[in-house]
Amino acid sequence: MIAELGNFALILAFCLAISQGVLPLVGARTGNERLMATGRSLAVGQLVFLAFSYAALTWAFVASDFSVEYVARNSNLALPTQYKVTAVWGGHEGSLLLWVLLLAAWGVAVAVFSKALPRKMLARVMGVLGIVSTGFLAFTVLTSNPFNRLARVPADGVDLNPLLQDPGMIAHPPLLYMGYVGMSVVFAFAIAALLSGRLDAAWARWSRPWTTVAWCFLTLGVGVGSWWAYYELGWGGWWFWDPVENASFMPWLTATALLHSLAVTEKRGGFKVWTVMLAILTFALTILGAFIVRSGVITSVHSFAADPDRGVFLLSMLAATLLGSLALYAWRAPRVGLGGGFGWYSRESLLLGNNVLLVVACAAVFVGTLYPLALDALGLSKISVGPPYFDAVFMPLMMPMLFLVGVGPLIAWKQADPVETSKQLRWVFLVSILIGIAWPFAMGLWKPLTALGLGLAAWILLTAAVDTRNRMMRRRSQGVGSMLGALRPSFLGMHLAHAGLALVVVAISMVNSYEVERDVRLAPGDTATAGGYEFTMLGVGGVRGPNYDADQATIEVTRNGKPVATLTPQRRYYDSQSDMPMHQASLHRRPTRDLYVSLGERLSGDAWLVRLYYKPYMFWMWVGGLMMAFGGFLAAADRRYRLARERSTVVAEERPAATGRSAGQEVG
Amino acid sequence: MLRRIAFPLVGVLVILGLLYVGLGIDSRALPSPLVGKPAPAFQLESFYDPEEIVTEADFIGEVALVNVWASWCSSCRSEKPYLMELARQGVTIHGFNYRDTRADARRYLSAEMNPYDKIAFDPNGEAGMEWGVYATPETYVLDAGGTIRYKHIGPLTPRIIREEVLPLIEKLEAENR
Amino acid sequence: MTGKALQAYLHDRLHAPGYRTLVLAGLFLAAVVLASPVAALPMGKPVDFETQEQEAQYQKLVRELRCTVCQSETIHESNAALAGDMRRRVYEMTAAGASEQEIIDFLVQRYGDYVRYRPAFQANTVLLWTSPFLILFAGGMVWLQVVRQRQRLVLRQELSAEERAALEQFRRGE
Repeated sequence: MIAELGNFALILAFCLAISQGVLPLVGARTGNERLMATGRSLAVGQLVFLAFSYAALTWAFVASDFSVEYVARNSNLALPTQYKVTAVWGGHEGSLLLWVLLLAAWGVAVAVFSKALPRKMLARVMGVLGIVSTGFLAFTVLTSNPFNRLARVPADGVDLNPLLQDPGMIAHPPLLYMGYVGMSVVFAFAIAALLSGRLDAAWARWSRPWTTVAWCFLTLGVGVGSWWAYYELGWGGWWFWDPVENASFMPWLTATALLHSLAVTEKRGGFKVWTVMLAILTFALTILGAFIVRSGVITSVHSFAADPDRGVFLLSMLAATLLGSLALYAWRAPRVGLGGGFGWYSRESLLLGNNVLLVVACAAVFVGTLYPLALDALGLSKISVGPPYFDAVFMPLMMPMLFLVGVGPLIAWKQADPVETSKQLRWVFLVSILIGIAWPFAMGLWKPLTALGLGLAAWILLTAAVDTRNRMMRRRSQGVGSMLGALRPSFLGMHLAHAGLALVVVAISMVNSYEVERDVRLAPGDTATAGGYEFTMLGVGGVRGPNYDADQATIEVTRNGKPVATLTPQRRYYDSQSDMPMHQASLHRRPTRDLYVSLGERLSGDAWLVRLYYKPYMFWMWVGGLMMAFGGFLAAADRRYRLARERSTVVAEERPAATGRSAGQEVG
Repeated sequence: MLRRIAFPLVGVLVILGLLYVGLGIDSRALPSPLVGKPAPAFQLESFYDPEEIVTEADFIGEVALVNVWASWCSSCRSEKPYLMELARQGVTIHGFNYRDTRADARRYLSAEMNPYDKIAFDPNGEAGMEWGVYATPETYVLDAGGTIRYKHIGPLTPRIIREEVLPLIEKLEAENR
Repeated sequence: MTGKALQAYLHDRLHAPGYRTLVLAGLFLAAVVLASPVAALPMGKPVDFETQEQEAQYQKLVRELRCTVCQSETIHESNAALAGDMRRRVYEMTAAGASEQEIIDFLVQRYGDYVRYRPAFQANTVLLWTSPFLILFAGGMVWLQVVRQRQRLVLRQELSAEERAALEQFRRGE
């Protein structure tokens, strides 16, 4: 009964989404205030019904209602309760329900926080969000309804994939979907601006905080996914360039480009068309991601034929997004001005360079991900494209970008002086080179690429420090309070995010160059060394978990005879699939290194295969990721945007004049 | 106005087209690079008699199927009746007994009748590697000259036998005559 | 687990939002992992070589060859029996002195280009390897063009009306 109510609420939300996709847009077209105002209440209604629907599915999981097919396939009686709750998004249908729920939540957030938006603009944004929501709800209801019942009720469910029975998996999908779905809001702003024919600084200012927040969630989502893969898959990898990972990485790259392009649009009125294109592209890439993950088209080599309707549906959504946006653009874009001019050496031109590199990097990932599919579709044999390819094409693109990250924030808009910059930064440049040269030596082995990576990371950190110092020094005469006041949240946020990127670069350089991996055979009492640590096997015993049996090794780690840690890697046999053991690695984390131990097969007698890792600076990767996301939140919280909202009604009224000016620039 | 979007439009249409075609592909059909090549060499014990050595030459001479099977493989069991039917129709079927033990495999064969003519015993997957075997069951068609003309990964079904295997065998036998 | 349940289960694992689950090509492939008596090189089994070059070659190759029955796994990481066979073959050939290229060729002859995670540079991968750099070139051109255009914009704003008229005349070649 509860499941039927959930289904009913889902369908009601679908109907509300359709109304939301039509009424506010009609209102904005005809100038009907009442119709325009419906967007807000329809969004709230949608959220309420979807929340109910989601709660109903959660209840079905917690109550183990195996008459619901989705529950039967993704849960069982022995599953611990917290995983029953998270199992709701453990499969295709439920994760889609989470997706639409979050989409509705973003819609309500826009309605609540954008009270100061011009009514027509808000109506258009809500209308576009309604259309997006309609698309995803139609997909859920028509092809992937999580409330379908089974004719014959099984006594017990299958299980939640053991890989997903993990705390990292609790956080990863909601964060990632928050990011994906946030990009729908960015898209809605872009389409609303195109519809109104006014792509101006005000539009950029409205959509910028939303973009930043969505980007933060996407960053967290990708980061937590990587973190989860690192410790859960058991073999120490943190990024595999797998199509599913690339699906989340591509929109991240274009969203990063978008953040920077929006800065130019807001501050200087430039790159408007480019910014709009990026917003549309980012959203389209989130749909492409859904297509890659959910249609089975890329991973299908190894799958049972997935329901082809799903793929066709998502592909139609992708086609509608891209073709519709292009048509709208062809109709509206000619009215857009170019914005202010700038010299070849200016913040604008460097930000454009950053955008080019990010988008080219995204294109490279896109090519690598879809090339095998394209060859296959054309009947030109089957190939694999893996990490060696992506490393080879992606890394060279990132190096100049990292250099630009250091310079960009320090130089002026419109026109800067290269001589001035070189004077200002020559010491920083030299010190960065020295760090790049010396640090690898300190690690014991000098490699050119590692030196380059570390030098660039130092460059980013040092230039950020110089910029911060300069900004404070300008107010030296006005006292310490004023000096600190100069560090606005948006300024700090930017440098925090850049510093986070630098830490990630350090971690990648270090772990790629100095990771130690050893496969050893250990019987109780045996000792092996890796990365200067001694690992002594004390013994292997059986452990019983809530729904699995495990062999657990106890391994004592010492360094020069002094105890460091006791690690307990497991080899788990889940009741639901006892013949496919899972490796539960055991880690000892310190700021400059992780020790990571995985238990492999049992060999003859009481000897076991054990894989030992010494992973330098892994910790910096996760800290760096958090800093990037936190920096974004900080920037989005800048008071400027709130003031902008208070003032924005005024801006709106002034706007015809403003458009006139930018058009004038174009002509003049 | 159309010129403004012509370039992205073409790109978008090409990508959408590829994705659409991609949806329709049976991407489980991994093509074997061995099709069109001579049967790879191997040297293994005969399944029936450890003293006897079987090589690729024993599989060559007439149009024949080569089937890779194991007793632990449930889909081999499901395709076995079709192999029996083919054998009854006079098609020569050789086999690789893949990653198996003789005792288990004997039970598997004696439970029903044995469709195989010669069987090479490959407990370590050595010939399997030479023949590019992914997993059991797999079926090859050899022509009389010992060239691999066809490979199917996964269990044979009546449809595949009717539409692909039998017509090919007839064609090859016609060539041979 | 019943066949049907396993099928549904594997199906869902593939569509779970998680990364890189080991997914096998249907039941018939799953069976290989589940029940075969393994004589292959177990994952993570220490291997010994006579020279460091051989060791390095082995370690590189097992990370660049695909376990063809897995989803996105190298033979280095995979538990599948076929991956074990391939590791053993790479080990034996390396120890016997085969070069990296010989070993790759051996596997490609039998399993196709699908087995290589580092696609060869050949007719059907020309675009794969060159397109990132072509796109970068195009991007660079766009950057140059946009910057030139905006530079002119600056120039125009800085000039007075008379100067602009003169420039215009000059441009027309008068």
